[in-house]
Amino acid sequence: MIGTGKIKQYANVLDKPLGKGKQEVSLSAFAFLFSELVQYNQTQVDNISELETRLEDAGYAVGARVLELLCHRDKGNRRETRLLGILSFVHSTVWKVLFGKVADSLEKGTEHEDEYMISEKELLVNRFISIPKDMGTFHCGAFVAGIVKGVLENAGFPAVVTAHFVPVEGQQRPRTTILIKFAEKVLRREARLG
Amino acid sequence: MTTAACFIIASRNDIPIYEAEVGSAAKREDAAQLPQFILQAALDIVQDLAWTTSAMILKTIDKFNDLVVSVYVTDDRFMLLHDSRSDDGIKSFFQEVHELYIKSLLNPLYLPGSRITSSHFNTKVGALARKYL
Repeated sequence: MIGTGKIKQYANVLDKPLGKGKQEVSLSAFAFLFSELVQYNQTQVDNISELETRLEDAGYAVGARVLELLCHRDKGNRRETRLLGILSFVHSTVWKVLFGKVADSLEKGTEHEDEYMISEKELLVNRFISIPKDMGTFHCGAFVAGIVKGVLENAGFPAVVTAHFVPVEGQQRPRTTILIKFAEKVLRREARLG
Repeated sequence: MTTAACFIIASRNDIPIYEAEVGSAAKREDAAQLPQFILQAALDIVQDLAWTTSAMILKTIDKFNDLVVSVYVTDDRFMLLHDSRSDDGIKSFFQEVHELYIKSLLNPLYLPGSRITSSHFNTKVGALARKYL
């Protein structure tokens, strides 16, 4: 029979082994998929903030699953209980699995206690996207912000996560910053845990 | 080796998303809901305890008569009410169920936090319980 592969057919997805996750997907395939996602959502909404919300929700679903999978696969079933721990987990492990490299930088906000920023020179999802002038402040990085939000919330650190362009001197394209603002109860718990 | 045991997966907001009776002990008529009560009561303890350690399995956290509650924490809580003594068996049981749970979570059509209704999941949990408990 032509095409009989060596792959064992499993009756049910629950029987299939989880796998080592060394697969890579082609960038162009992802870019196409992502652009379709954005275009589809554009037809469904009336304004920009709704579009960003939809992208965030899509990312949230990804983030929830990525967290569970990574905890099981890479960290040998140890959870993060501290704020800095979960932030560095997002910054290195999650970024590495999703984008193939660690994020450019992780900074603590200076104005407020509960703000942190992850910066990236150019987000992978934005590489093939250009924003028309009339869309103003729209940022496709809302998808990545949603992923980070999904990871944080499902680890027990509820937060508001947004993506922003930050113009940088001497660079043509502005840097992208993901701003993470943690909820009150996270800070209180951190203080309690000392 | 099978003993009476009740296994519940509770979501982050303490809503049960999966329940199973495993084991072959006869059901007591007067206390049919007892396992659920005990596990619900243990949820408070889990919440406090979950933040003090970064390991995932919390061994025995509560006792009730001769029954013992063991908990495995990810973002959701896997809670097992049992009276068996083998710590290792329980640990392996939890890890295997965790893998099953991740696989059903990876389904993009599954809303995290909703009930798990797959009968295949049921069968597998039952088989694991017989194997490890």
